[in-house]
Amino acid sequence: MGKYIEKNLDHDGIDRRGFLKCMAWAGTGTLCLLQGGVLNSYALGDVLQQKVGKLKGDLSFVQISDSHIGFNKAANPDVTATLREAIAKVNALATPPSFVLHTGDLTQLSKPEEFDTLAESLKSLKTDRIFYVPGEHDVLNDNGATFHERFGQGTQGDGWYSFDQKGAHFIGLVNVLNLKAGGLGSLGNDQLEWLEKDVAKLKSSTPIVVFAHIPLWAVYPQWGWGTDDSEQALSYLKRFGSVTVLNGHIHQTMQKVEGNITFHTACSTAFPQPAPGQADSPGPMKVPAEKLRSLLGITDVNFVRHKHTLAVVDSSLA
Amino acid sequence: MNSKKATWILGIAAIVVAGFILMAGTKGSQAASAQDNAPKTVEIKIDNFSFGPMTLKVAAGTTVTWINNDDVPHTVVSDNTKTFKSKALDTGDKFSYTFTKPGKYPYFCSVHPKMMAEILVQ
Repeated sequence: MGKYIEKNLDHDGIDRRGFLKCMAWAGTGTLCLLQGGVLNSYALGDVLQQKVGKLKGDLSFVQISDSHIGFNKAANPDVTATLREAIAKVNALATPPSFVLHTGDLTQLSKPEEFDTLAESLKSLKTDRIFYVPGEHDVLNDNGATFHERFGQGTQGDGWYSFDQKGAHFIGLVNVLNLKAGGLGSLGNDQLEWLEKDVAKLKSSTPIVVFAHIPLWAVYPQWGWGTDDSEQALSYLKRFGSVTVLNGHIHQTMQKVEGNITFHTACSTAFPQPAPGQADSPGPMKVPAEKLRSLLGITDVNFVRHKHTLAVVDSSLA
Repeated sequence: MNSKKATWILGIAAIVVAGFILMAGTKGSQAASAQDNAPKTVEIKIDNFSFGPMTLKVAAGTTVTWINNDDVPHTVVSDNTKTFKSKALDTGDKFSYTFTKPGKYPYFCSVHPKMMAEILVQ
């Protein structure tokens, strides 16, 4: 799968089918540069050695995901420690991010004390603001009421919202509520209607960044890694020149470009999950202790206004 | 001992033995019917993001207990989300429901809705 990334090191953009599918463990380090809807990928090592030039941007932000505070099993008995390491990684960035997105599964079991630990830990993040969307682990017994009260103040409906930063429009979506038997993630009609209205007023040249917990593309429906009504949502974004979709949930980095839309999933700060179909189930992957940190990580996103450039850099905790 | 007395004793013995057999028989059938009426419990294991067995046939009155053996929380929720609905079950947690009426009860895990199974109550 890594060959798709290497292939693109030629800087020749994506192939003619307009479709790029690549997957890499965060440990391998990948940087993705979106230029006018075309994704170029670079090895993180090359970026750090400045082989691809210095990457400047008008806005940089970081995505962290799937902290699963409360999880204490073999895959990672101390998820709070690895979250702290992720925070240290963010705080070590040369340019502090304007804000941080947490794309869900803050907790393992939606317990108040788990939310407390998460919130307390993130206080040390050097950034202006943290935005959240819930994962299915955050809405377990109360349909998300506890999460909403703590992290969803001022949001619409069941917790969706949008905001503007440096000319880019950010949209946080909730796709972990009211899941139906046999189905995948779900946005629901109310949210879809809101989304259609939310973007209706925007110019097509506005860069759009959508973030939600469960992938908004069919990563692996057999394991529930997709969202039933995501196509409807994405249809409202077709007219925009640059759309970036950031998700969590699958605990590994994966990228795909489809037309003007670039999809990206982030690593977990807690434990890795197997590649699609590579295990009996998508449960936590038990790895040797010395290997764990190479499979966890953060995502650093750099947005260059005017050039419609969005660079996505994954780095591991190792 | 004359033969008349021996017959009488034998007769008594026969009655006593018959009585014992009858009592044992009654006792046995009482035990069997008590067993039929006693609440039955059947266990379903949640392993590797699936319910086992996926289809379970039980008699009306049976209590089904689910136990989660996975490292991730699961729920047990009837498809209509009304008949039965567990809280999130952490590793080792159990949930029970007694099926009193015959019928087909499809259910799923509301956290991982691809996990589906059914209980057939006869």
